[in-house]
Amino acid sequence: MDFSLGEDRQMLVDSLRRFLADKLPFSDRKTAAFEGSGWSRDVWNQLAELGAIGALFDESVGGFGGSPFDIGVVFGELGRAIATGPWLAALQAGHVLAAAGRVDDLAALIDGSQVIGYAEEEAATWFDPAAITTRATATADGWVLDGAKTVVSCAGTLDRIVVVARGDAGLSTFLVERDAPGMTIRDYLVIDGGSAGDVTFAATPAILVGEAGGAGPVIEEARALGLVALAWEGVAVMDVLRDQTLDYLRTRKQFGIPIGKFQALQHRMATLALEIEQARSAAINAADRFPGDRVERERAASAAKATIGKAGSLVAEEAIQMHGGIGMTWELAMSHYAKRLVMIGHELGDEDHHLARYIELGHELAGSDA
Amino acid sequence: MDLNFTPEEEAFRAEVRAFLAEKLPVRLSDKIRKGQHLTKAEHEEWHAILNARGWLANHWPVEWGGTGWTVMERFIFETETALVHAPRVLPFGLSMIGPVLLKYGSEEQKRHWLPRILDGSDWWCQGYSEPGAGSDLASLKTSAVRDGDHYVVNGQKTWTTLAQYANMMFCLVRTSNEGKRQEGISFLLIDMATPGIEVRPIKLLSGDHEVNEVFFTDVRVPVANLVGEENKGWTYAKYLLTYERTNIAGVGASMAAFGELQEIARTQRRNGRPLSEDPQFAARLARLEIDLENMKTTNLRVLVSAGAGAAPVAESSMLKIRGTEIRQTIDDLMRRAAGTHARPWIPESFEGGWNGEPVGPEWAGPVATHYFNDRKLSIFGGSNEVQREIITKAILEL
Repeated sequence: MDFSLGEDRQMLVDSLRRFLADKLPFSDRKTAAFEGSGWSRDVWNQLAELGAIGALFDESVGGFGGSPFDIGVVFGELGRAIATGPWLAALQAGHVLAAAGRVDDLAALIDGSQVIGYAEEEAATWFDPAAITTRATATADGWVLDGAKTVVSCAGTLDRIVVVARGDAGLSTFLVERDAPGMTIRDYLVIDGGSAGDVTFAATPAILVGEAGGAGPVIEEARALGLVALAWEGVAVMDVLRDQTLDYLRTRKQFGIPIGKFQALQHRMATLALEIEQARSAAINAADRFPGDRVERERAASAAKATIGKAGSLVAEEAIQMHGGIGMTWELAMSHYAKRLVMIGHELGDEDHHLARYIELGHELAGSDA
Repeated sequence: MDLNFTPEEEAFRAEVRAFLAEKLPVRLSDKIRKGQHLTKAEHEEWHAILNARGWLANHWPVEWGGTGWTVMERFIFETETALVHAPRVLPFGLSMIGPVLLKYGSEEQKRHWLPRILDGSDWWCQGYSEPGAGSDLASLKTSAVRDGDHYVVNGQKTWTTLAQYANMMFCLVRTSNEGKRQEGISFLLIDMATPGIEVRPIKLLSGDHEVNEVFFTDVRVPVANLVGEENKGWTYAKYLLTYERTNIAGVGASMAAFGELQEIARTQRRNGRPLSEDPQFAARLARLEIDLENMKTTNLRVLVSAGAGAAPVAESSMLKIRGTEIRQTIDDLMRRAAGTHARPWIPESFEGGWNGEPVGPEWAGPVATHYFNDRKLSIFGGSNEVQREIITKAILEL
């Protein structure tokens, strides 16, 4: 067995870490992530040049990575810098494009020339694709979409969007241009930095991606990869929070000694360290189950998200609590890591959602054995 | 045992309800319900409404304009006001400096300052914490040196809540470095308009501006503004921290918030059914409800024993810990209930007069902000770690 990342991945990690520390220091991030669209296209393009987007996709479709571990390390470094931008969307959209063989579109995503978003979630779907109501209709002039998507990452600043919609044959995926008629975008900031938007379609022209009605398995896989990405990002954010909190416990003095000398805090910190290692293992497990059997893969992805959700709330809350008043302030990077960590729980389904899904998938597993 | 309120108490409750129905402006309760910030004028408006009825200082003695209510009547009042989303009475004047002056102030100080708290002439803020003196408050360093009829104050306070609105501060200062640290602290009343005072805002992680840093450079404070004796300030400071803790658990506010959470759980749907029927969420909700119900009774037990003359120091610490934990759990479930709609962040929506469309259900707008902002509850007012120390020593005698 070998749990090391391997030389190539380690090189990618090192170069991303250096770049992000230089280009996205917290001193800039604390304002830049809450102004305008909250993310930088310029930094995005430079990260594309460094191969951060290409690393998310397989060589067979024009990428230079694509294993869940490649995806994991990229999102880990993004998490370490709490970088904003449509990263998760790019992963999911790119997976859909790759599965449909649209390598030219994917190439534009990989080289940074086109930022392609991803719109699946609706106000009432709660991460369940079966509840999607956005309607796709085939007309003489091609497909049109009607409906609404919510909290679409960076919606106001995308070039194109991959949209999941329901037609007569079932769920399909579509590409919609930024200036497509009938599409309106209301964008807003999100609480952990960056932006999102509500997108509505009224007879909006769209290009079918893949087979009509055949999107179900592809978007499930895209989401599973997204769960791996969020799990690795979450673990990286937790690592930063642990280090920042340890540093504070060692240096902050009250009653004449560093507060880290108080056993009540020591034991709580030990619990956090343990939970973070468990979360790391969950993230590794989820990445390991690809491509593999569908139920096992999906169970591991849900197990990881349930674990990261539970550990994440605990780590975020305890990091703030052990910092005391200073942990409540905007000026301290720690509080922004805590916000990001809690909000990871609100992307692609929370702890409870994935616990329930894990149980259901377990029934499927038991059923197939019988 | 009899866990019922007396007929007199029920009659009192009805009187409070009738008053609130008539006098609480919907404009204010709407803002509270939506989680919007009250302006300074709106806080003052609510104080004036209560004062006109004689109910503002509900724990002061009658001769100084108080109500003479029992602890149980105060509990009923606080619960009923919270349930209808009335603004909270700000504690700085009424529950903090007021009681200290009543117990330790000179006659002249009482006659001058107490009526000004009631009529809204003064807005007080609390100068306790310093960057190096948080849980270890007695290590405070802001100094006051006697110079004729004045003290000259130098140093810095922090986490000063709503100092941006205050014209007066009650402030702990170091007047001696001899002997025990606690024995060199004095209690001063400082006019915020005095030259040499600078107030700087602290932005919280939630984006809110509630607390401030306050800097003192050669600030001259008349000796007449010393409360009690020089170097005895620690005694007064501690009194302030243990006084008026009947509402420390915030039962009324938590009951109101829990009611909203239940309503949300009935209407918000996940996987084709309401959240209240989702096994995971329903379990979280049930555990919370049980905890809240238990705390109500714990609180009432403490009140009854306080009414009988006991001084519930360690019990107050229990109420503070569990009360803040319950409130934080309510916030936690609210944000969980919002799903993806917990993420949008529209700072303008926290100000009155915002007429924008909410993203997702209206209630979801402030839930993440409240969740993050309320992390403060287990930190301020003596962190929950400090409260556990008190329990350890005062009840468990470890």
